[in-house]
Amino acid sequence: MNRAGVRRREPLLGRILSSRWTKVVLFAACLVPILLLAWPLFILVTSGYSPELTANPIEYITHYTGTWTIRFLLIALSITPLRKIFNQPKLARYRRMLGLFAFFYVCLHFLIWFVLDKFFSFPDMWADILKRPYITVGMAGFAMLIPLAVTSTAGWVRRIGFMKWQRLHRLAYFAALAGVIHYYWLVKSDVRLPLMYAGILGVLMLYRLATRKPAPHRSAAARAASGKSPATTPNTASLPD
Amino acid sequence: MFIRKSADLRYSDVTPKQMYVNRRSFLTGSLALGALAGAARGMKLNDFKKTSYNVGDEKITPLDAITHYNNFYEFGTDKSDPSENAQNFRTNPWTLQVEGEVAKPLTFDHDQLFKIAPLEERIYRHRCVEAWSIVVPWIGFPLNALLKQAQPTAKAKYVAFESYYDPRQMPKARWSGIQFPYVEGLRLDEAMHPLTLLAVGLYGESLPNQDGAPIRLVVPWKYGFKSAKSLVKIRLVTKQPPTTWNLAAPNEYGFYSNVNPHVDHPRWSQAKERRLGEIFRRDTLMFNGYSEVASLYNGMDLRRNF
Repeated sequence: MNRAGVRRREPLLGRILSSRWTKVVLFAACLVPILLLAWPLFILVTSGYSPELTANPIEYITHYTGTWTIRFLLIALSITPLRKIFNQPKLARYRRMLGLFAFFYVCLHFLIWFVLDKFFSFPDMWADILKRPYITVGMAGFAMLIPLAVTSTAGWVRRIGFMKWQRLHRLAYFAALAGVIHYYWLVKSDVRLPLMYAGILGVLMLYRLATRKPAPHRSAAARAASGKSPATTPNTASLPD
Repeated sequence: MFIRKSADLRYSDVTPKQMYVNRRSFLTGSLALGALAGAARGMKLNDFKKTSYNVGDEKITPLDAITHYNNFYEFGTDKSDPSENAQNFRTNPWTLQVEGEVAKPLTFDHDQLFKIAPLEERIYRHRCVEAWSIVVPWIGFPLNALLKQAQPTAKAKYVAFESYYDPRQMPKARWSGIQFPYVEGLRLDEAMHPLTLLAVGLYGESLPNQDGAPIRLVVPWKYGFKSAKSLVKIRLVTKQPPTTWNLAAPNEYGFYSNVNPHVDHPRWSQAKERRLGEIFRRDTLMFNGYSEVASLYNGMDLRRNF
């Protein structure tokens, strides 16, 4: 009840975003890509061939998990723009789950490659990382997501402080970029899909650039006149937006 | 839903629309043979002899895989695109022309393709530049049988191949990143080598559309993109002809493109390959296991002439 004693209902969208059931539904939705593989995988294992998984199921599943990694990363990176544009701060509650699912899919993507391509061989893996640029950049993206997954909890935000945490989690932008370059560098000639993901990432980054709060500007003359050196003038440029 | 009622029904089993719509005239036999060319199943080939061209104890790749995992960018760049989109590809009527530096230019229509020379079955390895491979029981005849009929002149040094291109039947071609019509080429001695095959069928039937119907090149010791599909022109020329993938990326796809585990693609290794149906990669063989062609390249630096 507000002060006038009149009951005001929260808008539907706000109620949905506050409900704990939304997290359950979202969790289930994030599992759908892997669940869609379950039945074809069963057919593959029992009968030797599943048309959905193509005649090269290892390549198909590697590609599938990689695509979903990029998609979940981009969805997670769109939370902040969406919450600002639609003025729905509660959207931020779901960003962690989306980011962790991106990490889940990238782990699958890496494991398939490490087990079925490199056959658990670390030397072979390192050789590829050093020699194949698309693998170098892919591994860099994977490596960047590890600290983000580890520090994804509220406990870690408290432990390292919000400012440092937020700066660390900007690695997500670079991980997404690494993923897009990785994809672009492995296609033979049809670059449409990598470019599409690059375009989406570009739009998300441009939005962040455009809505950054500008640093307070004092001219050099004004600073000199006030007798303060640049080192003692507070630097507010790095405050989070 | 992934629980299918009939596990082996696929899009390719669907009756082609032309046949369904005209089923009455199909039943009375008045529908032209050409309409059936779009059907997924080819026509049975009866008169071919078996040969000793085989791959030891390596398993022949199942027909399902050979016909549903294809690179045929005219019909789209996904591996499943050609089998979906080439259903209505008209391969009859067809014209194959043999021209250029020959004493006897030749032209063949669809039915004549199967009578150019006695048909034989050859089981070859087929290695894609993407580092996967299959084993295919092709049916065809050696290219040199056709070339001998055309009688190349003394000036002929190379053979150029051109594939069919029709933007109306191949609307997805323009998004693939390569130019069409698809062109390829061989040195004359590579073209005359007994291994080089013109294939009109596989697995006892005529070629499925997605595998390059009605006639295609098969050069088993080179990466698969050299084996041009759906040929319409074979031209004897004096200079090394342009080849589509070399035009698209000259530092990645060379004119020779011999299978070579020691010369990597700039972006990925060629040392191992995924044989479809197997779980772990196998070592790639020099010349895809066809060491009999090594003499064609004596003295050539195969790293520079990749």
